Amino acid sequence: MPLTLEIITGERRLLRQEDVDEVIAPGSLGELGILPNHAPLITSLVPGELRVKKDNGVEEYFVSGGFLEVHSDDVTVLADAAEHGSEIDAERAEAARQRAQERLDQATDADRARAQAALARSLQRLRVLEHRRRRGGGGREMGRPTA
Amino acid sequence: MANTREIRRRIQSVENTAKITNAIQLVAASKMRRAQDRALQARPYAEKMQSVLGHLSGVAGDPETAHPLLERRDINETTVILITPDRGLCGGLIANLERHTGEIVLGPEAGGSGDISMIPVGRKGGDYFQRFGINFRASFQELGDYPGLAETQPISRIAIDDYTEGRVDRVLLVYASFVNTVSQVPVTVPILPVEPPQTEDVDSSGETQYIFEPSPQEVLADLLPRYVDLLVYQAVLEASASEQSARMVAMRNATDAANDMISDLTLVYNKARQEQITSELLDITGGVEALKG
Repeated sequence: MPLTLEIITGERRLLRQEDVDEVIAPGSLGELGILPNHAPLITSLVPGELRVKKDNGVEEYFVSGGFLEVHSDDVTVLADAAEHGSEIDAERAEAARQRAQERLDQATDADRARAQAALARSLQRLRVLEHRRRRGGGGREMGRPTA
Repeated sequence: MANTREIRRRIQSVENTAKITNAIQLVAASKMRRAQDRALQARPYAEKMQSVLGHLSGVAGDPETAHPLLERRDINETTVILITPDRGLCGGLIANLERHTGEIVLGPEAGGSGDISMIPVGRKGGDYFQRFGINFRASFQELGDYPGLAETQPISRIAIDDYTEGRVDRVLLVYASFVNTVSQVPVTVPILPVEPPQTEDVDSSGETQYIFEPSPQEVLADLLPRYVDLLVYQAVLEASASEQSARMVAMRNATDAANDMISDLTLVYNKARQEQITSELLDITGGVEALKG
């Protein structure tokens, strides 16, 4: 039985997708792939790329951290913030990266962690974009954001 | 009898008022729909989070010691996060909230449980309680009609910091809960220490054994601050729906009252006008009669 994937943020339900073959998520212990019949699991996520495989197509999403729950082939992602690859604005992500880098360079200890987190987020956003580009643009569009 | 010109001016002024209240009513109605929508959209996330928290609290060890945010202490200081509108013209909503909060601050609940401090969110509540010299740990205004998590997070983070650093031993959230369009009730929700939801949902009957990565304790440590963020975010959304619906109802009543007043005044005006005409006619006929003489 294929997976059902839901990506939910505090502000909206980004995606509900049935018949998913595999979900690859940025777990806090490293990237993890979830196939059907996975054992029940709850893991925290770090900022990174979430890939959804379905019918030989791949879709990229950016998640900025949160949790992932697997329970009887239902995969639920509780994200702090999440975007579909096509929603990411390259210029804004790049600007955010530069801003975070500058802040990090002159950061005092208190700001350091925040600047680092911001930098990680922007780098991961750019990475999602890069993967998307390398795959050749939109490709097979399946899970369009609903909101 | 008031003269007709004066009555006409009065009608004009009431009509203008009715136009304004009607406009506010329409705006509030559309904002209310959107605020309700957003509150609804936040629900799936909240439900899921509660279920995860429920699963966790069973396995993360003694709930009292598993995480600082779960720890119950003797209460020396309570912080009340009071969510009120920034603007008035919303009927009894603000007064109800203030009275409700006043009962916590002065009432038996506070008796013996130490000092009270506040984090007012929204101008009205802050203005009111400032007069009583209550210590504000922070204050927030103008969150906008549709605040996002990014706007409400600073509120919850202050509460979390104060709690973990031991400055505050209990945090209560006071806001107007949205019952329906005509009814909004002030409620008090304790948010810190966190009380994990009871795992009596359908899931737990199956006794699923979850694998937790990195560990139940670490997932819990990640989850709890976000849970508090969410409670505050949801309260702000609901308070916003309450504010808009209270305003809509209040302004509808005001428009109705203005229209009643207009019809009453129109009646008076017509009577006065007729009286004037009658007396003018009497004058004329009287004059003619006199000329005939």
